[in-house]
Order: sequence, then structure tokens, then C-alpha cells
Amino acid sequence: MSGLLGKKIGMTSVFDENGIAVPCTVIEAGPCYVTQIRTKAKDGYEAVQLGYDEKPERLVNKPLAGHFVKAGVKALRLLREFQNIGNLDLKLGAEVKVDVFSKGDLVDVSAKSKGRGFQGVVKRHHFAGVGLATHGQSDRQRHPGSIGGSSYPSRVFKGMRMAGRMGFENITVRNLQVIQVIPESNLILVKGSIPGAKNTYVTITK
Amino acid sequence: MDMIQLVEAAQLRSDIPDFKAGDTIIVHVRVVEGDKERIQQFQGVVIGKRGSGIGATFRVRKVSDGVGVERIFPIHSPRIAKIEKVRAGNVRRSKLYYLRDLGAKQIRQKTSG
Repeated sequence: MSGLLGKKIGMTSVFDENGIAVPCTVIEAGPCYVTQIRTKAKDGYEAVQLGYDEKPERLVNKPLAGHFVKAGVKALRLLREFQNIGNLDLKLGAEVKVDVFSKGDLVDVSAKSKGRGFQGVVKRHHFAGVGLATHGQSDRQRHPGSIGGSSYPSRVFKGMRMAGRMGFENITVRNLQVIQVIPESNLILVKGSIPGAKNTYVTITK
Repeated sequence: MDMIQLVEAAQLRSDIPDFKAGDTIIVHVRVVEGDKERIQQFQGVVIGKRGSGIGATFRVRKVSDGVGVERIFPIHSPRIAKIEKVRAGNVRRSKLYYLRDLGAKQIRQKTSG
């Protein structure tokens, strides 16, 4: 298993060897740097902390600056831990690049989805709405319907799906095929779409 | 956007001739049947182009045995072996969907100077 941090660039399509246009998402991934190594002896679990996306030194507070100095890397915006990074023998400060993936790999991509704000049940939970537009009904076309009844259960069950904040949550899309890896420009192309807007941070794991 | 263009640049074809809506062209299409590949020709009037970059497509219309046939090809598709320009058109629109309602003679009149 290997992991990498990156940024969503956008979508395009690529012609495969049969001449079929394959929709794919372009991700700028890496270069990442190992900022900390968690060990069983010291931390109780094994993991590797990777950092991505350089930022100016002046934006770093002192505790974090010390953390970067210890690893011998530049100031980074995003830090994430990866467990089960496997047989990759990584040292503190080591560089991890997009070449950890190769064409044909199946990867999982996690990212924060686009925030949709406060949304009703039709959009948020795919409810069908209640009423007709005519026959004297007003304002019922996008309603949730009954949420608890009057005789049974006479209450609202916990977890009842209702209107509320939608989106801006972590979503993982699994088993996306790697279409192409371009190491010179740190780009990786995966088949299909991934969550989030352009420039969203993404985590790729294999 | 420049990184998307970088990805696309490798696949864009420069060997496709310039053509416009109204032109009559022959598209030589690679057709794979089992393990054999052959070239099929499709001749018709270009009735529109759309899109940019790798996603750009064009639409060709012909009337085959009295039945109108339209095919949409990605301009940069590797399945296109060659495009031949038979006749340059002279039209005033970019999308010639109105040709669908016209007869063969009218189409000729509409697409020529």
C-alpha cells in the first residue's frame, strides 16, 4: 500500500489504445515529504506522516516550524498520516513522488466534497416529494411527508433523514483505475470523477 | 487550466485538415472487426463543430438510401485515419441543423456559394 497527497486539477478525457475516449480526472500529486514516522515502540502504532504543498515560512507557527526543522523539510500546508504504508522504507525528510503509482493500478481517492449549504430532502436524500402541483395543494411538491405519525410511533425516530447542511464532507471513491502517470509534472490521471472542487486537497491510496 | 492542456497536448492531432460547417468531407474511419482492422469511408456534409481541446467533436450528415444518417466524431480521435475535403461550403451559420428538413438539391444549393 502506498499513499500520496495532491490537488484536484480538473477533468478531461484521454483516448485509450482502442480509440475510445475515457473520462478522467487530473490530479497534481506530490512531491510529498515524510515529516514524521510513527513507530510501535513510541506511538503504539505504525504510520508515516506525509506533508504536501509548500507555504512561506512566515505563515508557520513555532511549534510547527520545529516539526518541519526536525524532518528537514520546507514549510508545508497539509500533513496527513498513512497507516499500512507497507514495505516502503521511508526515512524522515524523504521525498515521495507520483511514481509510487503506475498505470493500471486501482486507487482510492478521498477528498472533501463541494459544500451545498442548507438543502431540502429532495436534493439531500433523494426523496420524491409529496404532492401534486394542482388539486388545491400548495407548497407540498418538495416536502418530506410524515416524519413520525400520530398514533404510531408518535415520535420522530433517531436519525430520521431531514433537511440540513449538505456536502463538504470527506468522501472516498474506491477502485479508480490509474490511466496515466506523468512524473515530470507530478500528474496522475484516474478514470472517472472524484469529489470536490478544483484545487481541493485529495488523498490517494493504493 | 494549463495542466489540463499539458495532458491533452500529447493527444491532440495536427494532421487533421481545417474544415468548417457546410463543407463536404470524407471521413476515413478505422473499424475493428475481431482482430482485423479496415477503413470505412463516411461522406457527408459537416453540419456543426463544437467543443475545444481534446473534447471537440464534429457532426457529419449524409442521406443513405433515403434515410438521413448523422455521425458525431471526436476531432482528435485516433480512430479517424484521414479526413478528405471534397467540396468547400459557403454557409452563413455555424450549425446547419436546418439541412435535416431539406432535400438533396436544396442542401446542395444551400451549401454552395
